[in-house]
Amino acid sequence: MNNTHKLVSAFESSLNIEAGLVVDSLEYNTIPQWDSVAHMVLIAGLEKEFGVLFDMDDIIEMSSVKIAKELLTKHGIEF
Amino acid sequence: MQDWTEINPLHLSRVEKKAWLLPQLNQLTQLHSENCERYANILNGTGLPLVASEFDDVPYLAARLFKLLRLSSVEEGDVFKTLTSSGTTSQVKSQIVLDKQTASLQTKVLVKLLSSITGKSRRPMLLVDRQGLTNDKSGFSARGAGVQGLSFLGRDHTYALNEDLTPNWERIDQFIEKYKGQSVLIFGFTFMVWQYFVTELLNRGDRSLFDNAILFHSGGWKKLQDKAVDNHTFKSTTREILGESAAIHNFYGMVEQIGSVFVECSHGHLHASAYSDIIIRNQNTLEPAAFGEQGQIQVMSFIPRSYPGHSILTEDLGRLLGEDDCSCGWKGCYFEVIGRLPKTEIRGCSDVF
Repeated sequence: MNNTHKLVSAFESSLNIEAGLVVDSLEYNTIPQWDSVAHMVLIAGLEKEFGVLFDMDDIIEMSSVKIAKELLTKHGIEF
Repeated sequence: MQDWTEINPLHLSRVEKKAWLLPQLNQLTQLHSENCERYANILNGTGLPLVASEFDDVPYLAARLFKLLRLSSVEEGDVFKTLTSSGTTSQVKSQIVLDKQTASLQTKVLVKLLSSITGKSRRPMLLVDRQGLTNDKSGFSARGAGVQGLSFLGRDHTYALNEDLTPNWERIDQFIEKYKGQSVLIFGFTFMVWQYFVTELLNRGDRSLFDNAILFHSGGWKKLQDKAVDNHTFKSTTREILGESAAIHNFYGMVEQIGSVFVECSHGHLHASAYSDIIIRNQNTLEPAAFGEQGQIQVMSFIPRSYPGHSILTEDLGRLLGEDDCSCGWKGCYFEVIGRLPKTEIRGCSDVF
């Protein structure tokens, strides 16, 4: 599984949404499934999947799928 | 105007704070008078100018008004979430209308403020509450919002209590085993931390579990005063369980102003950060009280954009102890909360000013 697939799968299972919804433009708090509670589940899911640890600034900044990719890139994950 | 994210929240002096926060508050008075008709009507009745030249002159609403009226400065379609107070001391709950911008600012400000104490790395976190608390999306309680906001500071979130508020020993023991001796983060409401966690672990014989722990706790002291537990007893007993060097910070905050909380320093004083301010008003005259004088607590915050809650007269009593010169090193007004205004003295809503 490449990193994009891993990312989509982490979003899919953490937020309990269809893989098709996981596109760059999907934003935090725009669908009921991605609220502040689910956000923490998502963070844990991404950390586990990619073996990284986000700091507080990262998780506050992570307001879209696109930004999630950028933050992971900052942690050395390539897309 | 300086962006709030560039400010060191606990190290802004009076002069700098006035230059930054007062214009923010004046802007909010203006914004709400333009967008909330009820607020505009109340302001008109007072004849006060929209632009205050001192913090003392910023118009304020009585906290109980949020129990009587739905006060909103946004269109219904933009309402993202309505927070309700826990309603433990009163039948009627406060209603706080949040749009996306204000809800997001609450979390960001809370994290910025508390991470200036904890550092930016997320610690293993034990929440002294029940797991299902934040699951109910429709009616988000203030307690749920508090737990949710604080959870941004942690990782591997572990809920210490069962649905019936008894300790979940299995989860607690797993957490202890995994993180014993490490700098964990613990959060809960003061009474719950005491009653369902500290007392239980003390009885079980647990000692010095997490020497570098940071404990944040919030909520009223009323139930603990009934048990003759004051802040000193709370801290010394909690340190028996966690360890002598555990940092224990109470914080004071209103559901009307989630995000800009007042955190207790190492010297046991609650401080206003750069994002908020506090005024003590004489209970009878409502004039600002001098340092050391008891009075009603007024809180101000730059966060509330979706509802006119940037300046609120609470029903709590407190005393200002000083400003910018606390020996802990943090700036800001520092104060203590004494208790609630006695019921018989609560003013009618016609008395909001």
